Amino acid sequence: MTFGLASASVELGGRTVLDDVTLRIAPGSVVAVVGGDGAGKSTLLRALVGEVALSRGSVDAPPPDRIGYLPASAGSWAALTVQQNVDFVAGVYGVPPGELGARRGALLERAALTSASDRPASQVSGGMRRKLGFSMAAVHAPQLLVLDEPSTGVDPVSRIDLWRLVTQAAAAGAAVVLSTTYLDEAERAASLVVLDRGRVLAQGPVDDVLDAFDGVVVRTPVAQRPEWSWRRGRDLHELLPPGAAADRADAVVPDLEDVVVALSLRSRAEVPA
Amino acid sequence: MILKEFRELRRDRRTVGLLVGMPLLLLVIFGYAANFYVSSVKAAVVGPQAEQVASALPSFFDVTVVEPTQGQADAESLLQANTVDVALVTGQQPVLALVDGSNLFAAQSTVSVLNKAGDQVTTQILYNPDLSTSWVMIPAIIGLILTFIGTIVTSIGLVKERETGTLEQLAVMPIRPSTVILGKITPYFLLASLDMVIITVLGMLLFDVPFNGNPFAFALGAALFLLVVLGLGVFISTISQTTGQAIQTAFFFLLPQILLSGMIFPLDAMAAGVRWIGYLLPLTYFTMISQGIMLRGATVAELWLPFTVLAVMAVVVLTGATLRFRRDLAPGRRRRHGHAHEASSAPVSDEAGASR
Repeated sequence: MTFGLASASVELGGRTVLDDVTLRIAPGSVVAVVGGDGAGKSTLLRALVGEVALSRGSVDAPPPDRIGYLPASAGSWAALTVQQNVDFVAGVYGVPPGELGARRGALLERAALTSASDRPASQVSGGMRRKLGFSMAAVHAPQLLVLDEPSTGVDPVSRIDLWRLVTQAAAAGAAVVLSTTYLDEAERAASLVVLDRGRVLAQGPVDDVLDAFDGVVVRTPVAQRPEWSWRRGRDLHELLPPGAAADRADAVVPDLEDVVVALSLRSRAEVPA
Repeated sequence: MILKEFRELRRDRRTVGLLVGMPLLLLVIFGYAANFYVSSVKAAVVGPQAEQVASALPSFFDVTVVEPTQGQADAESLLQANTVDVALVTGQQPVLALVDGSNLFAAQSTVSVLNKAGDQVTTQILYNPDLSTSWVMIPAIIGLILTFIGTIVTSIGLVKERETGTLEQLAVMPIRPSTVILGKITPYFLLASLDMVIITVLGMLLFDVPFNGNPFAFALGAALFLLVVLGLGVFISTISQTTGQAIQTAFFFLLPQILLSGMIFPLDAMAAGVRWIGYLLPLTYFTMISQGIMLRGATVAELWLPFTVLAVMAVVVLTGATLRFRRDLAPGRRRRHGHAHEASSAPVSDEAGASR
């Protein structure tokens, strides 16, 4: 059984913010949704959990009590302690009281939050708060786990912790979909969806997305077409026009960041805002 | 910096409303409503010479009841039911004037007019013999405190959920919107009720305010009023994105209640154009109930009008606000059927949402 969206479109205020998106998430796998600000990542996830109504298409999701959701915001009640947050959500999702202690203990331990369990959520660090949000989303062992930018603004160590939690949830059988702006994280996912302005630019396993990219990217100190270039370290990378020779000495093997940026530039040239 | 501030203000309609609308409101209120002198009071005349006395009364007395067959007990009933502000009992010399002291400013004006009649009239003030301001204000202040908790505190509590994103989390949980709303407003209902009891008891202990009526009738009136103001709080939360906006908006609801509900300025003394605003405000009716029950010992039957108005307001405001809140809380759920949900324009079939 997989979950996802089929030909889903969302219009908000007369503007199409999600355009004909199809996405499948298999149990035990992680799908990453990547894209820049305003790409439609949050809208996609919110449509999946029923928070946003579709204007076209369909959603295939488990019932609400089998979904875990971490919104892009804090995702926890600031005045409640870490433990009270987890307990409240567990109660709403109907976790049996006899199981709650063990589940909470295991989750908080994996999230390195045991020592902070009596502290109000407002008094823990940003990274800890995101891990708390994850623990709340996962406390009822959902079939579908939806995480909206779980690692944004989180320090590198906490990001590692969060990814460990994500992979553990998938290993336990959950279908996990998360949005991220960090492409190194997206590369760890079984599959990814590249969004720009609500449209899918590419999707599939990372290797497939890289292999399917047909452009030529070169490394250059000075871009010939500045509007088609982007900075990578001390140099610039530039997407050459279609038909350019791929065997140039300055050509690079495009990585995921190159592919995402290049596809976005192409998309914007083809369909101006 | 100045230009930036004007640009920001241009997009902040609530602040502009506060800057422009509030001075206009205050001008209108203080121009037309701020009047402590009541120029006319409703009067009843009973007893054998009722008709003669009624015809001899100055125009200050708007005589609405003339009953030659009735006596002092009937006159007191009319006052208790707030049908009239003053009742003149004839058939004795001097004529006995019973004045409703719970309607403070009308009573003060009436006593002032009656004093001019000299020995012809004996004046007896009921329900508030010393015409004490605190006796009239405490029952109204109970309503004001309930309004404060109901609108400002409740709306802030709900908007905070929106601000921190936890409302979004509640929206996707397997919890009915009505349960969310009930769970959010019940604590405020209970805390406001506790506050009401504390203020009422303190008012009685510190200011000797009497409690002549039925406490259960008072509790019923307070509960209806609380439902109205909690509904207003929920409504404010649906049109506010931030705590600041909620406070600003609640201020728009709170100020007219303070100034136009008859709590400070008597409704009878307001210009007709402003008075009708007062009759749209829930605090006006709660004040009628609280003053009526606490000071005059009025019954629910005698206060049927404010009870009915508050009951209707409670149903309309709370239902409307709850529906708005539900709409905000679960926009996607309306189309959810079982495990799969589709847009209305998509063909609906059993297979369309089947897991693949």
